[in-house]
Order: sequence, then structure tokens, then C-alpha cells
Amino acid sequence: MTKLKKLLMSSALCLLPLAAFAEEVAAPAVISAGDTAWMIVATALVLLMTPGLAFFYGGLVRRKNVLSVLMQCFMCMCLMTVLWVVVGYSLCFGESRGGFIGSPGTHFLFKDVGIDANGTIPHILFAAFQGMFAIITPALIIGAFAERMKFSAFLVFSALWLLVCYAPLCHWAWGGGYFHGGESGNFLMAAETGAIDFAGGTVVHINAGIAALMAAIVLGKRQGYPNKISPPHNLPFAVLGAGLLWVGWFGFNAGSQLAADGVAARALMVTHVCAATAGLVWALIEWIKDGKPTVLGVISGVVAGLVAITPACGDASVGGALILGVGGAVIAYIFVTVVKPMLGYDDSLDVWGIHGMAGVWGAIAIGFLTIEGDPGAAQAWIQAKSVIATIIYTGIVSFVLLKLVDLVFGLRVEERNELVGLDRVDHAETAYTVLD
Amino acid sequence: MKYIVAIIQPDRLDEVLDELDKAEVHLVTVTQVMGRGNQRGLAQVYRGHKEVGSLLRKVKLEIAVNEEFVDKAVGAIKSGAKVDAGSIGDGKIFVLDLQECYRIRTGETGTAAIGA
Repeated sequence: MTKLKKLLMSSALCLLPLAAFAEEVAAPAVISAGDTAWMIVATALVLLMTPGLAFFYGGLVRRKNVLSVLMQCFMCMCLMTVLWVVVGYSLCFGESRGGFIGSPGTHFLFKDVGIDANGTIPHILFAAFQGMFAIITPALIIGAFAERMKFSAFLVFSALWLLVCYAPLCHWAWGGGYFHGGESGNFLMAAETGAIDFAGGTVVHINAGIAALMAAIVLGKRQGYPNKISPPHNLPFAVLGAGLLWVGWFGFNAGSQLAADGVAARALMVTHVCAATAGLVWALIEWIKDGKPTVLGVISGVVAGLVAITPACGDASVGGALILGVGGAVIAYIFVTVVKPMLGYDDSLDVWGIHGMAGVWGAIAIGFLTIEGDPGAAQAWIQAKSVIATIIYTGIVSFVLLKLVDLVFGLRVEERNELVGLDRVDHAETAYTVLD
Repeated sequence: MKYIVAIIQPDRLDEVLDELDKAEVHLVTVTQVMGRGNQRGLAQVYRGHKEVGSLLRKVKLEIAVNEEFVDKAVGAIKSGAKVDAGSIGDGKIFVLDLQECYRIRTGETGTAAIGA
């Protein structure tokens, strides 16, 4: 098999919309019932991850802020969906503008996104599946600015972030953009080379992770951080959320094959193995270091493992998944418990530490571990380029975006309001009644 | 009439209620509270982040008693709440003067209203 064919298989998610390339496809695409059935389910599973994330984060914050976190996640589900169908999908997968972004006109208001085949599934299903990724990625950032960001500023920032940070990255990885050199190469990638990112290590986790770090820095620390911050108010919620994330992630990862086949099945298995390994390792580290394994530790490890396998799940073996799980847990653990206190930024729910850094680990390590491509330093360097490009681009753009929104709206709630709690201040609601 | 307020460890509650029953003191109000003593609580660790000076869970008992039951009630609470030969965190008992007591159902007042 030629290198090009191997590359296309290993980055199988790089499906270009039929509308733009109809003349180049030799045989007409046919819809497979099996693939379509699976992808409908996968789409639903990925959406389920966002309420799962909502409870994961919600349980970790103080009770006076739990509704604000749930609200922000649900608003992502609503707002990002509308933006997606109006212009988001087109920016990601429309006709490429120089490899940087898709044209907003190609699929404006889902133009030409119908029930005819895109690969072996209906085009509209592909767009729906991708749309669920566009929902959860901005939702991940919530963890960094939880408990202190104004709701209005959050809405504006998240909407703009989807369009100027998520869309380009998605286009680069999966829409025919910079992360693949194609026939003639580009400034980032040589011809016939491309970064492996099966389900979104760069597009989702490093992207959101670095934006989260910027948000933590620009917004500043919560009052009372680090010594007077209350513990998670409802760890059972966090565990429930983690469970929903784990299962939903099967849709996220195995669904990225866009087909009901062996690669999808293997993606499911390695996802599962990586999550399990990472959970175990984090618990063991805590047991040795702090004397007791905690449930917060296990679920943090599991999420780190799920993140680490995300770019790699189309290309990793079970053995590779074990390695990715160990590395993901160790690296995320170090960034959460050592680097964060050392540097002093208040990434409230460890979005950079877990999503960002475990994502960096998985995205680069798959260069050495890939079983579909050519493992080795060359591919690892290609991986590193995609990671560095993500960090630089999103780091800068997120920072600028945050500063702009701060200028116009103000990012943080007032000091007294932060102490009273966002639920009452931004939503006039109370999560839990006291007497009845 | 006296009003007894006792702060004890949550896991001693069953034992204390048993001892109070044995001493024929059946009336009690129990609430969950947070508190700490001079040791300023225990450090808890969350994702590697150590939290110092935290409040700990305690249980508060409130009992209105007539004079002749004060010593019995205090003694029952003491023997139920103490861990082994006595440990840090066992708690405290406060005895307050009770000015008046009303039974809502019948309108009785004073020692008759307290009942036990």
C-alpha cells in the first residue's frame, strides 16, 4: 500500500464534502445501512457527553455555582448548534480558503447538506456528528473560568471562539486544511504527509485546553484561591458525569471512523483500555503519594486517559493504549498537582492540565505508536508540528478574544457577586432547596 | 429547667442516644453542624491540593431537661460520646439556664411541659 493510501486510512476522518469534489470521485457513493445506524447512535452518544461534562464539572464546583455550570453547558448545546447550522459547518468543511478555513458560503444554513451520501452515510448525518464535537469543545473551556465568569461574556466569547478557533482547527485537521500536505504540501506539512488526529486530540482537547489556560490567566484567580476554596460540593455528580463521558466517548472515538467496521471496533476497545489504565494509574499514584486513592483521582485519571487516546484511537493497538493510559495519567497528574500550584494560575477544573496536556501527550505519542502509518521520529515530528500550531494559534487568538470581550462586556462578575454565587446573581435560581 | 447543648462526633450519635434512653431521657433534637476545635480541623486533599483549617462534620444535640435529669443526661452523653479513654474531637457539653418551656399541644408550661 502506498504511503498516501496509508495516510488517508489513518486520518479517515478527513472526509471532504461531496459538493466540492463531485467531479473527482470516480464511483457514486452508496449509503450503508449499518454505517448509518451506527453513526446515528454515535452522534447521540457524543451529544450525551455534554450533559455528562456538565455534571462532571457541576459536581466539582461549589453548590452556589452548580447551576451556572449546568447552564453554560446547556447553552453550548443550544447556541453552538444554531451557529453550526448557520455557518459553523461551512467554516469547517466548506470549500477550503487556502487551507486556513472553509468558505462560509459553501454550506451556509446547511446548503447542499442533504440526505445523499457523503462516504457511506448521509451528508447531513456527517454534519450532525461533527456538530456534536462543535458543542462539547467550547463547553470544555467552562472548567477554567468556572465560578467567576459573567454569563453574557461567556456566551459572546464561546460563540466567537467557535468561529475563530474551533472552525480553523477543525478545518486544518479534517476539512482539507494545513495539517495535511496533500499532493503539493503546504507551509506546515510536506506533500503526502499529514498529522494523525483521529477524533480530535488537537481540534478538541489541546484547542480547548490552551484556550482554558488563557482564560485562567486573563480572568485571574477566584477569590480565596488557593487556600480558601471549598471542596467539590457533590462528588457523586462528578462521578456520574465521568461515567456518561466514558460511555459517550465510545461515540466520540469509535464514531470518528464514520463506519461500522473493524477500525471502529478497535477504536472502541483501545479507548476503553486507555481510560481504564489511566484511572488505575492515577489512583495508584495518589495511594502512594498521599496515602489514599480518591474517587476524584480515579475519574480525573479516566478522563485523562480518554483524552490521550482521542487522537490515537484509529491507529493504536491495545498495547499502545496501555502506554498512552499510563502516560496520560502521569502527565496530567503532574500538571494538575505540581505545575499548576507552582505557577499559580487558577484553572479551576484543570482543563489545561487534563485535556490540554493529556491531549499533547496522546497527539505526539501516537507518532511512535501508530500501527496504521509509519511509527517513528518522523511521524512524531509531524504530530508535534500540528500540536505546536494548535497551541500557538489558539493561544494567541483566544487571548486576544478574551481581552476584546473583557473590554466590551467585562469578563468577571463583581467581587461581591462572586461570593454570593453565580446561580443567584446570573440566573436568579437556587439549585437545592433547604427545608423542602 | 436547663437546656443542654452537646457537640459530638457524628459516629457516636447512636451510642449517645442509647445511653440517653437508658437514663430515661427520651426527648432530643439533633442537627448536623460543621465545626472545629483548637486543632483547626484536619487537612483534606483534593487533586493534590491540600486544604488546611477546614471545618469538620459534627452532630449537635439539644435537650430541655428538668433539674433532676441534668446530671443523668450529661453523664449519658459523656459515656456515649467518648472514644476509648478520650480522644481529641470527642466534643463539648454546654448547660444553659432555660427560662420557659411551652407544650404546644396542651398549653402546659414549666417543668410539666418539659415532660421528662
